[in-house]
Amino acid sequence: MTHVDEVITRVHREEWARVVATLARRLGDLDVAEEMAAEAFATAVERWPAEGVPPNPGAWLTTTAHRKAIDRLRREVRREEKHREALMLSGTPEPLGVVDDDRLRLVFTCCHPALAMEARIALTLRMVGGLTVPEIARAFLVEETAMGQRITRAKAKIKAARIPYGVPFREDLPARVTGVLTVLYLIFNEGYLASDPGREPVRGDLTAEAIRLTRLVRALLPADGEAAGLLALMLLTEARRAARVSASGELVALGEQDRGAWDRELIAEGHALVRARLASGEAPGRYQILAAINAVHTDARDVRDTDWSQVVALYDHLVRLDPSPIVRLNRAIAVAEIDGPQVALAQVDALPLEGYHAFHATRADLLRRLGRSAESRAAYDRAIAQAANTAEAAYLVRRRDQLAGP
Amino acid sequence: MAQYLMSVLNESAVATEEEQAAIDVFNERLQADGHWVFAAGLASPGAATVVDGRDAEPVFTDGPYLESKEHIIGFWIIEAPHLDVALRLAAAGSKSCNRRVELRPILGE
Repeated sequence: MTHVDEVITRVHREEWARVVATLARRLGDLDVAEEMAAEAFATAVERWPAEGVPPNPGAWLTTTAHRKAIDRLRREVRREEKHREALMLSGTPEPLGVVDDDRLRLVFTCCHPALAMEARIALTLRMVGGLTVPEIARAFLVEETAMGQRITRAKAKIKAARIPYGVPFREDLPARVTGVLTVLYLIFNEGYLASDPGREPVRGDLTAEAIRLTRLVRALLPADGEAAGLLALMLLTEARRAARVSASGELVALGEQDRGAWDRELIAEGHALVRARLASGEAPGRYQILAAINAVHTDARDVRDTDWSQVVALYDHLVRLDPSPIVRLNRAIAVAEIDGPQVALAQVDALPLEGYHAFHATRADLLRRLGRSAESRAAYDRAIAQAANTAEAAYLVRRRDQLAGP
Repeated sequence: MAQYLMSVLNESAVATEEEQAAIDVFNERLQADGHWVFAAGLASPGAATVVDGRDAEPVFTDGPYLESKEHIIGFWIIEAPHLDVALRLAAAGSKSCNRRVELRPILGE
C-alpha cells in the first residue's frame, strides 16, 4: 500500500462521520450527504496520488462533497424548478469542526427508536462507521441487495416520518443514550460471539469497529458514565480475544485461558476507565457494573487469584438493576466458586432458561463438578444442540466427551 | 411543520368514562399547544360500506375493506415539527385513551 493509500484509509476512518454529519446538517438530507461524501472520497482516491494530500484533508473532503451536492441540487432545481432546495443552499459553507456535535446528531438519528433494531445497526455502521454496504452485508451474512434495501428503507423512513437530525429532548436523553449504547453493544457482541454457525467464531473486524464507534460516542458524551462503562467493558473483553479461541478453533473458558496472551494495554485502559467511574461516586449503570466485573477478572494473574466475593457483590448490584434470569445465571456461576457447585446448582435450577444454551452449559459444568456424570452429559447434549457459535459448540463437545462413563 | 395521522387501535370496544375524560384533557392540551388539527371516533367496521365508483355504475359492498380483528376506532391528526415531538404526543395520546396508537406521517407538499 502506498503512502497516499494509507493516508486515504486513515482519513476515511477518521473523517467519514464528520463529513457525512456536516453535510447532513447543511443539506437536511442524510441520503444526499452519504452519497456526496462517498463521491468526495472517490475524488480523493483519484486526485491525491497525483496532486498530493491537501493540508487539511477533512476540510477538503467536506468542501468537495458540499460542492458536489450544490451542483447536483442545482441540476435538480433546474429540472424540477423547485425553489425550496435552492433556499437551503444559501450561505457559505462553515469551516470544518465548528459544530462538532454534528456527529452526535448523526448517531442519534441512526439509532432512533422509531427504526427497527437491525436498521439502526446497519445505518450506524454505514453513516457513522463509514463501512460500505457490501462490508456490512458480509458482517451480518445478509445478501448485499437485501442489506442495501434495509439501509435505503431506513433512510426513506427518516425522511418521510421526519426523524429529526438532532440531539433528543433533555427528558428523552437518558433513554436515547441507552438506545445508542445498545446498538454499539450489539455490534460488539456479534463480533465477539458470532451467532452464525457458518462464520469464524470471533470477528475482530466487528469488535474493533464497535470499539472505535464507542470511543467516538464517549468523546461526544463525556459526562455519560454508561458510555465510559461500555467502552471499558468492550476493552476488557477485547483484551482477552487472542486467548479466547484455541488453535483448533475451540472456545477457551475464562478459567483456562493463557492470561499471558491477554492484551495488557487494553486492560490498563479499561481498568483506568473503571477506576475513574468508581472515583466519580455516581451510581453505576449496567455497563459500568459489567465493566467492573471484567476488571476483577482481568486483575487476577491466575484464575485462582480471582476475587470471587467481589464478583458476587457486583452481580448482587446488577441483579438490583436488572433482575433478569440471565444476570442471575451469571451470578450463580460466581457463587459456585465461593459456596460450591451444590448451592449454585440449586440457584440455577430455579431459573426459567430452558431455551438458553448457557443455562444448560452451566448446569452441565456444575453437575460434572458434583460427580453426577449422566445428568451432566444430558445437560451438555442440550447445550450443544442450542449453541450457535462453532467454537463454543466444539468446547462443549470436548467437555462432554471427557466425562467419566455413565 | 408536518402532519401525522394517529390511529387508535381497538384494544377494547367502547371508551370508559375515565378514558373519555383523559382524552378530553389530552385534546385540550393539543389545542393549547398548537398541535391540534382534527380528531374523531369511528363507528364499528360493521357499519362500513366499500364503494367502487370507478365504473359507470358505482358498486356498493357491505362491510369493511379489510376483515380483521384489529381495526381502527378513532384517530387524531396532529401537527408537529418532527417525529420526536410527534412520538411524545402519540405516547400521551395512547396513555389518555388507554390503547395503542399507530403514528403515520401524512404526505406533505
